[in-house]
Amino acid sequence: MPLRFGQGTLTALQSFCSLMPESISPRAETGNGKPLVEMRGITKAYPGCLANDSIDLQLHSGGVHALLGENGAGKSTLVKVLYGLLASDSGEIYWQGEPVHIASPAVARELGIAMVFQHFSLFDSLNVLENIALGMDVDASDELQQRIIEVSTRYGLPLDPTRSVYSLSVGERQRIEIVRCLLQDPRLLIMDEPTSVLTPAEVSELFVTLKRLADEGLAILYISHKLEEIRQLCDEATILRLGRKVAEADPRVESARSLATLMMGSEIPVSQDSRQGTVGEVLLDVKDLSLSAVDSHDIALRDLHLQVRAGEIVGIAGVAGNGQDELMQALSGERRLQQAQSLSLCGEAIGRQGAGERRRKGLCCVPEERLGHAAVPTLSLSENAFLTAHHRKSLGVAWFMSASRSRQFASEIIKRFNVQCHGPQALASSLSGGNLQKFIVGREILQAPRVLVVSQPTWGVDAGAAMAIHEAIRELADQGAAVLMVSQDLDELMQNCERIGALCAGRLSAFHRVQDITVQQVGLLMGGEELNGVNA
Amino acid sequence: MNETLMLTILTIITAATPLVYAAIGELVVERSGVLNLGVEGMMLGGAVCSFAVAHHTGSATLAIVAGMLAGMLLALIFAFLTLSLQSSQVATGLALTIFGIGLSALLGQSLVGIAFEGLPRLHVPWLSELPVVGRLLFSHDALVYGSFAIVILVSWFLNRTRAGLVLRAVGDSHDAAHALGIKVIRVRYMATLFGGACAGLGGAYLSLVYTPMWVENMSAGRGWIALALVVFAVWQPGRLLLGAYLFGGISILQLHGQALGINVPSQLMSMLPYLTTILVLVLISRDRGRIRRNAPASIGQSFYPTT
Amino acid sequence: MITLQRRADPSRLMGYLAPLLALGITLLAGLLLFAILGVPIGAAFYAFFIEPVSSLYGWAELGVKAAPLIIIGVALSIGFRAQVWNIGAEGQLILGGIAGAAVALLFHENDGWYVLPLMILAGVAGGMAWAAIPALLKTRFNVNEILTSLMLTYVATLLLSWLVSGPMRDPDGFNFPESRMFHDAALLPRILEGTRLHAGAMVALGVVLAGWVLLTRTLLGFALRVNGAAPRAGAHAGFSQKKLIWTALMIGGGCAGLAGLFEVAGPIGQLLPSISPGYGFTAIIVAFLGRLHPIGVLFAGLVMALSYLGGETAQITLSLPLAVTGVFQGLLLFFLLATDVLINYRVVLK
Repeated sequence: MPLRFGQGTLTALQSFCSLMPESISPRAETGNGKPLVEMRGITKAYPGCLANDSIDLQLHSGGVHALLGENGAGKSTLVKVLYGLLASDSGEIYWQGEPVHIASPAVARELGIAMVFQHFSLFDSLNVLENIALGMDVDASDELQQRIIEVSTRYGLPLDPTRSVYSLSVGERQRIEIVRCLLQDPRLLIMDEPTSVLTPAEVSELFVTLKRLADEGLAILYISHKLEEIRQLCDEATILRLGRKVAEADPRVESARSLATLMMGSEIPVSQDSRQGTVGEVLLDVKDLSLSAVDSHDIALRDLHLQVRAGEIVGIAGVAGNGQDELMQALSGERRLQQAQSLSLCGEAIGRQGAGERRRKGLCCVPEERLGHAAVPTLSLSENAFLTAHHRKSLGVAWFMSASRSRQFASEIIKRFNVQCHGPQALASSLSGGNLQKFIVGREILQAPRVLVVSQPTWGVDAGAAMAIHEAIRELADQGAAVLMVSQDLDELMQNCERIGALCAGRLSAFHRVQDITVQQVGLLMGGEELNGVNA
Repeated sequence: MNETLMLTILTIITAATPLVYAAIGELVVERSGVLNLGVEGMMLGGAVCSFAVAHHTGSATLAIVAGMLAGMLLALIFAFLTLSLQSSQVATGLALTIFGIGLSALLGQSLVGIAFEGLPRLHVPWLSELPVVGRLLFSHDALVYGSFAIVILVSWFLNRTRAGLVLRAVGDSHDAAHALGIKVIRVRYMATLFGGACAGLGGAYLSLVYTPMWVENMSAGRGWIALALVVFAVWQPGRLLLGAYLFGGISILQLHGQALGINVPSQLMSMLPYLTTILVLVLISRDRGRIRRNAPASIGQSFYPTT
Repeated sequence: MITLQRRADPSRLMGYLAPLLALGITLLAGLLLFAILGVPIGAAFYAFFIEPVSSLYGWAELGVKAAPLIIIGVALSIGFRAQVWNIGAEGQLILGGIAGAAVALLFHENDGWYVLPLMILAGVAGGMAWAAIPALLKTRFNVNEILTSLMLTYVATLLLSWLVSGPMRDPDGFNFPESRMFHDAALLPRILEGTRLHAGAMVALGVVLAGWVLLTRTLLGFALRVNGAAPRAGAHAGFSQKKLIWTALMIGGGCAGLAGLFEVAGPIGQLLPSISPGYGFTAIIVAFLGRLHPIGVLFAGLVMALSYLGGETAQITLSLPLAVTGVFQGLLLFFLLATDVLINYRVVLK
C-alpha cells in the first residue's frame, strides 16, 4: 500500500499541522523581563509515586508556554499546585517576584490565575449563567449575563447564558470554561489538554482565540502531549518526564521528532505497517440501525449502515457525544435493537440478542470506560477475566466458576500482553491505565472473536502500551477477524484502519479508504458534511 | 360550613404539617447530594426530646428548640459517619433509623401515658374571629404557619441566593464543585444538619400537637413517607407542599372513615397512606427521564477529595 | 489534626478486625450507657452477656433467636452485594408467617405428614410474593425498592393485625386477636428435648452453606456481586440487571418468609398480632456486621441473638427497658460503619 497514510505516529501528527490556519505564526518573544510567575523546586509525592520532583517553571506575560509530557509525567499535578488545588510538599511560587502561598483556587483567582480544566468542572443541571457565576464568586445577575454576552462575542466564543449545560456540545462546554476565565480578567490562563475533545475546525478556532489573548498580554500555560499543536501555538516549552523536568525547549525550532524524543526519553520506535491481510466476507453487517434516545442526555442513532469484512479494520471518527456511547451499546447488546435484521454477525441476525449471547457467537467489545464498564475495579484480574470470557474460554462448569481456570486465563493475558501487575490476584483498580487497557484488550482478543468492536482503545494510555494495543488489534485482523474501531483520535484511526467514516449527531457518514482522503476531509465528515468527488 | 368538613380540614392540616417539615429538610439534604434515610429516626428523636422538655418545663418554645436540637444531633452522627468517615449513606441512614427508634423508646420510657395540652393557637385579632375563614386560616399554632414559611424560604434560598446555587452545584457534581474551591464537605454538613433540625421539628409536632403525647414508635413510617414525598415533589419545594397535604388528607381518612360512612376494618383503612405512597412513587418514577433530569446527580455518593 | 489517607489497596486485615473493634467499642459504650442509667455495671454485664448463655436452655434460646436472623441475614447479604436494598424483610417475614399459618389452619383437623412441608412451601411463597411487589415495581417502573419494601412492611403488619382479629381469629378464643393453636403435625420438630430449639436452626446452617456456595462459587453469585460493584460492567458482560434484581428479591423474600413460617410453626405455635421482635430489621445489622458474607453472618447472627436475650434478661433481673436492645443494635451498626473506614483509609496524625 504505497499511498497508505499512516506510516507511524509522527507522520500522522505532522499531517495535523496542515490543519492550522496559515495566518498564525509564532510571534516574537515578549517576556524578556521579569517572569509573571515563577515556580521553584516544586515537589509533590503521593503514596508510592513521586509526581513532581523539584520542578522549576517560569511564565511570562504575552507568551504561550507549553507544558509537555506523557500521561503520568506530572503535568496535572504541577498545575494543580499552581492553581491551589494541591499543596506541594516543598518548593516556592513567586508572583511578579513576590513569594506567594496559593492555598486554594480562590487565592489563585485573586492573584489573576484562571484555569480551563480537561474534564470541565461544569454542572449539568445548572444553566450557563449559573455555572459562570459559581466559578467567579459572584451572583448570577443580569449584569453578569450582559458581560458574558460581551466577552463571548468579542473573542468569537458564542454562548447563550440561559441554556442548561446538559444540552450543550463538548465544544460549547469548553467555551463556558474559557469565557468564565476571561471574565475574571486573568493575568495567567492555564489550559489543560483543551483540544482532546474538539474537531479540527474547533481546534483552529480555539488557537485563533488563544493567540489573540496572548497578544493582549495574557500569559498562557498550555498543557498537552500533542507535539504539532505545541509547535504551532507555543513559544516556550517545559518538558516533563516521570515527574522530572527534563528539558526546556523552543518548540518553534524543534521538530516534532526531537520534542517526542525529549518527552519519551528515547527515540520512539515507529511501528511497521506489516499487515498483509486479505479482505474476506462480510462478518459484521449493520443495516438501518436506529436507536431512540431514552432522555435528553442521549443521542438517537438514525439509520446507520456499515459493513466490516474479515481481515479488515474499519474506523469511526467523531467528537465525543455524537452517539459513540449509544453505538457501542447497540453493537455490544447492552441495549437490544428493535429489529433483529439491523445487526448481523456472520450472516445471522442478532439484533434482538443480549450482550452475553452476542459474545458467545463471536462478537466481542471493548468499551471506552475501563474502570466500571470494561472491568470491575474492586475485583481481581482473575475475576475480571472470568467476567466476559467465562463462556468462550470455558472458565466454569455448568453454573459454577472455576477459580483455577480463570487464574490461568488471566495469567495468560498478563504474559502475552506484558501487563505490569502483581499477578492475577491484583485488583483491577491497582493497575495503571495503560496496563489495565492492555489486559482488557487482551482479554477480548484471546477469546478469538469473529468481530471485535473497540472504543477508544488507547485513550489516556502511554505510548508504549498504545503501540502494543495497536499491534495486537492488527494481528487479530490479520488472522481473519473483522475489527471496528471507534475513536476520537484521528491519528490512531488513520494509522490502523483500512476504511474510515465519522459519526456526527447520531448519523454515520459514508466510509472512505484512508488512502483516498486527508485528515482535513475526515474533519469535514466529523462535522456532518459529505465529501464530493471522493470514492465512498 | 359543615362542622364535620371543617374538622376534617383542620385535622388534615395537623397531619400534613409534620410531613412538610420532615420532607422539606430532606429535600435540602438531597439537593446537596446526600441521601439520609434516617428521617424516621430523627423524627422520633425530635418527638421524644421535645415532649420530655415540654413535660418538664412546660415551655412550648423550649420544647420545639429541643426537638430541633435532637434532630440535629442525630443528623450530626450521620454526617460524621458518611461525610468524614466515608461510610455508605444507605447503610448509615438505616442505622440512624434503627438507633433513633431504640433511643427514643428508651428515653421515652417514663413519658408514656402522660398527656400534654398542645401548642397554643395563635390568635390574630379580628382575623381569627372571621367566620369559617378565621377558623380555617387564622386559628393555628405557630408551627403550621412556620411550615408554610419554611417551604417558601427554602424555595427562595435554592433558586435566588448564591448559597443555594452553591448547594445545588454540590449536589450536581461534587468533583466539579471541589475543583472550583467550594467546600463540599462543609456544605453537606450544613445541609444535613438543617435536614436534622427539620425532621426534629416534624417529630416535635407529632408529640406536641398531633397526638399530643408520647407513644413508642409514634412516627409510624412518616419519616419514610417524607422521603417518598421528596421524590413525588421531584425535588421542587412547591410540589412538596401539595404532596404533604395529599398525604395528610389520606392519613386522616382512617380517623374519619367511620364518620364518613366508610365501613371497612380500621386496619385496612390504616394501610391507605402506605399504599398511596407506593402508588405515587410508581406514577412519578416511571418517567425515568424526569427523575434523571431532576434528581441531584451525585446523590448518595461519597466524596473524598482526591486532589 | 487527624486526617484520612486512602490506601492503595483495601486492607484485608482490617476487614476482619473492624467488626471486632466495633463490638469492643459497643461493649464499652454499653457499659457507659448502663452507668448513665444508674445500673451497676458488673450486674448489667452479667445479665447481658453471661446469664443468657449460662445454661443449656439459654444456648438453645440463642439458637431459636439466631436462626431467623441468620436465615434472613444471609439472604439480605446476597441482595445488598447486588445493591438491591430490600429493607422490607420484616414484612416478607410476616407474610411468610401468614401464608404458612393459613395452611396450618386449613388443615387444622388433619395430622398428615404433608402438612408441614406444605406450610413451608406456603411460607416461602408468601415471602416471595410480598417481595415480588418491589421487584416488579423496580424493574418495570423504576421505583426505589427501599421505599416500597418498607411501606409494604407497614401494610403487612396491619394485614396481620386484621387477619388475627378477623378472618383467622380463633373461633373459640373469646375474641382475643389470635388464631387457634396449631396441630402437632403443623409444628416444627424440636431438636433438643426440653428446649424450644427447633429444626429451623439446622436449616439456618444449611442456608449459610448454600449462601456461601452461591456467592463465592457460582456464576449467579458472581453476576450479583458484579451488579453491585459495577452495574455497567455487569451489563457489558451480559448479565441482565432485571433478572438479578428479581433474583435478589426472591431470595430475600423466600428466606424471610421461611423465617416467618419457622416463627409461627416453631416457638409461637399459632398466629399472633406480632410474630417477630423486628428480626427483619435486625437482620440488616446482622448482614452488615457479617461483612455481607454468609460465614460472617453466622457469627453476627449469634451476637445479635445474644443482644435480644441479654435485653430480655436485663429486663427481668434489672428491670431495664427492652428498648436498650435497640439502642445497642443501633450503636453497634454505627461503630461498625465508623471502623469500616479503616479498611480503605489510613488514619494519619498531622
